[in-house]
Amino acid sequence: MFARFGTSGLFVLGILLILAVPSVPGSFAVPDFWITLFNYIGLYSIVTLGLVLLTGVAGLTSFGQAAFVGIGAYCTAYLSAVIGVSPWLGLITGIGLTTLMALAIGAITMRLSGHFLPLGTIAWGLSLYYLYGNSAALGKFDGVGGIPDLNFLGIAIEGPRSMFILIWSVLLVCLLALSNLLDSRLGRAIRALKGGAGMAEAMGVNTPWIKILIFTVAANLAAISGFLYAHMQRAVNPTPFGLNYGIEYLFMAVVGGASHVLGAVLGAGTLTILKDALQRILPMFTDNSGSYEGIVFGMLIILVLHYARDGLWPVIKKLIPARSATYIPGHAAQLAPRELTGQQGPLLQVKGLTRRFGGLVAVNDVGFSLNNQEIVTLIGPNGAGKSTTFNLVSRAIPASSGEVWFRGERIDAITMREVVKRGLARTFQHVRIVSEMTVLENVALGAHIRGSAGLWRAATALDGKEEVRILAEAAKQLKRVGLGDDMFKPAGSLALGQQRILEIARALCADPVLLLLDEPAAGLREHEKRALAELLRELRQEGLTILLVEHDMEFVMGLTDRLIVMNFGEKIADGAPAAVARQQAVIDAYLGAEI
Amino acid sequence: MDFSIFATLLQDGMTSGAIYALTALSLVLVFSVTRIIFVPQGEFVTYSALTFVALESNVFPATAWLCLLLGGAAFVLNLYAFARQAARTPDGLRRLAACVVWDLVLPLVTFGLALLIYQKHLGTLVNIALTMLLITPMGRYVYRLAYQRVAENSILLLLIVSVALHLMMVGIGLAMFGPEGARAQPLWSASFDWGALLLTGQSLLILLLAVVSMVLMYFYFSRTLLGAALKATAINRLGATLMGVETRDAGSVTFLFAAGVGALCGVLIASVTTIYYDSGFLIALKGFVGAIIGGLASYPVAAAGAVLVGVIESFSSFYASAYKEVLVFTLIIPVLLWMSLKHPQLDEGEE
Repeated sequence: MFARFGTSGLFVLGILLILAVPSVPGSFAVPDFWITLFNYIGLYSIVTLGLVLLTGVAGLTSFGQAAFVGIGAYCTAYLSAVIGVSPWLGLITGIGLTTLMALAIGAITMRLSGHFLPLGTIAWGLSLYYLYGNSAALGKFDGVGGIPDLNFLGIAIEGPRSMFILIWSVLLVCLLALSNLLDSRLGRAIRALKGGAGMAEAMGVNTPWIKILIFTVAANLAAISGFLYAHMQRAVNPTPFGLNYGIEYLFMAVVGGASHVLGAVLGAGTLTILKDALQRILPMFTDNSGSYEGIVFGMLIILVLHYARDGLWPVIKKLIPARSATYIPGHAAQLAPRELTGQQGPLLQVKGLTRRFGGLVAVNDVGFSLNNQEIVTLIGPNGAGKSTTFNLVSRAIPASSGEVWFRGERIDAITMREVVKRGLARTFQHVRIVSEMTVLENVALGAHIRGSAGLWRAATALDGKEEVRILAEAAKQLKRVGLGDDMFKPAGSLALGQQRILEIARALCADPVLLLLDEPAAGLREHEKRALAELLRELRQEGLTILLVEHDMEFVMGLTDRLIVMNFGEKIADGAPAAVARQQAVIDAYLGAEI
Repeated sequence: MDFSIFATLLQDGMTSGAIYALTALSLVLVFSVTRIIFVPQGEFVTYSALTFVALESNVFPATAWLCLLLGGAAFVLNLYAFARQAARTPDGLRRLAACVVWDLVLPLVTFGLALLIYQKHLGTLVNIALTMLLITPMGRYVYRLAYQRVAENSILLLLIVSVALHLMMVGIGLAMFGPEGARAQPLWSASFDWGALLLTGQSLLILLLAVVSMVLMYFYFSRTLLGAALKATAINRLGATLMGVETRDAGSVTFLFAAGVGALCGVLIASVTTIYYDSGFLIALKGFVGAIIGGLASYPVAAAGAVLVGVIESFSSFYASAYKEVLVFTLIIPVLLWMSLKHPQLDEGEE
């Protein structure tokens, strides 16, 4: 409950520590100094956790987290100290306001290239800082004082020791929720963003929305930290919400190791303790100690990025014995298969498909159709427009003109992820997988459209049943394509040919009606090719239709029902393999080479 | 508001706008050639301004030490890279010789020059020249020390390096110049009455120099081989590499260029407003707003956008001075929105 297999033990240990550390009496007591320092570390960790999600996992970033901390802090400060209502109302207002702002900023920047978000957040963070500092209601640069203590179920939370318990409990809950989230259907989709938005979209993932969602989650973590900060300090002023702190939060994520949730705590701890040490040591040598802090921090970050790009966490990780992931979903309940509605006419019909890139006509007036349970191969010399045709049919790129009909429905104006949902799955000419994810997780990504668990169910681990079904489906498809023994290896460790096979398993997870395979046999050994051909025949037997792009004629000739030949963007032949191979135009296109 | 206030605000806005425009051009240039979002561009401006003020008041500029230090560090890295190469090719030797000149001889010579003349009242022009000579080479050193090793990484990583470098350079600025601000005498104190309009020589000079350097930049990139090589790198890194353009050299030259423009901006702005060790960041960010208006790609739009930022800043300081920064920086939000609507196509991401 609320924790996935393996994390619950850590959770209990965490709770015990949090309760024990501040309450040990007598001479063994942890000094107040350390309690306060750890309160800060806890607060910073909560913010940094959001950046791990954004930067380390999804490859986005923000320098504006401190501004969101400010929203959380000022909301509760204003409502509880100035207006005099309950701080919990301040928390709710802070979260509401943060969500609205994050959604708005996200909606504006997420469709642009990745670097516009951080630039936008720099400007945004600065604006908010000046806004806090100049607004009379918020006490200008002096800020707001006299913030009351929190009161939780009748227990007043006052003093650093009570705050310690509160802050670290919140942090522990956030850690747990985030690691649950990353280990879920939604989490896999988030992690797939690093592999390029195109691949995730082809798996049916709504990438702009997911980016906005995680930006909002990160912003809310910051706002919660701000709320706790305000009630710990009992006064707020604009300084800790300025851009410099926004930068520091990102540095914490980078130093700790942005690819793991515990990297956030590690980074926040390292930099906070380092900063504290610098603040005590530097004044002994110089008057301008503030400046040297920046120099030390800046240099540290540059060195980390030059020599240990993944931060400190991987170094620590080596010391901990690795928990081997051997959770094999067995005879679990299955995902519901697609309901096929009565379809009339051909499965796929392409009419007058044309795509221009500037002056170049890559695909010119191409038309063909595919019937149910057919294997059709698109061949042609390099540059003939085969892969472009593929991309047009699967809606990876928009067509300049022409129509594509799939199962009696026109699909040339809907998005790629809608096309996937209708039962058209594909692989890529250049393999697109998430190297750090396991083979199983990569394949499970294909079943994304067949699940529905969102943020809350994922974070609270209440999506267990669906997870088991998705993973069982992925395992089934992996065994079927012959990668059953490699399930728990990182996908990047497979040979290129195997990675292509992985993409086929991933496409099969979407329960497709039509499978588009771009050069599936490239890089395979002889016996692997035979196994692949056997698999494709089997799939046809089960009712699938398959469209191939392939160069390996030997592989194709025994397998395909029909050949479509393209040259210079136009279709020059379409028919049974033997008949097509005799056509003069086809022979000319291949410069007289026998096919 | 009467016409004379309007005209004065416009003039002020255009003047600072010209500085932002030059900054925006450097930012677009650096980004398009190296994919680096060069946040510390503003630090070159402050270093230059404060060096110039120091020279004008016969104080030995601390940047001479910094130049020497950075050059030395860059040389050590280059020497180490040379020593690790297995084969001693003539090309490698030529490279090393260039490093000796650029990283050791040049900073030593400027250091010597600074030591020789800083007390001799040789005039503003000499001080300007020396300032440029001290600041410009830092571009090359900074590229070597902070970026070259990670040059092929993601834009995101390069951006984090930039921000870290910015933090470092601000710290070094505080250590070198202290927390007090400084301001130089106007370069040209003449002023012209033109009806209700008062034109200051300083403003005219800044506008003139900004336009001249933009024209020079234009000709440099359209007419010279090195300019063409940089342009090629900007359009297609791999293609340029295959054609024999060394991308690290392209980066190095681009940074020299950016530092040079930064040095010029510093000299110009030092006599317009008081410059503090940390003033550079806001200058760079306003340049960025301009650069983003140009999509980080178009030079003329970036320059025009930056001038617009200057004008908006000038007018908002008149109407709502407390919110002047808020207004300038929130300007970026509608710009991003407009860009987002203009390019509805999903970006393919660069991994």
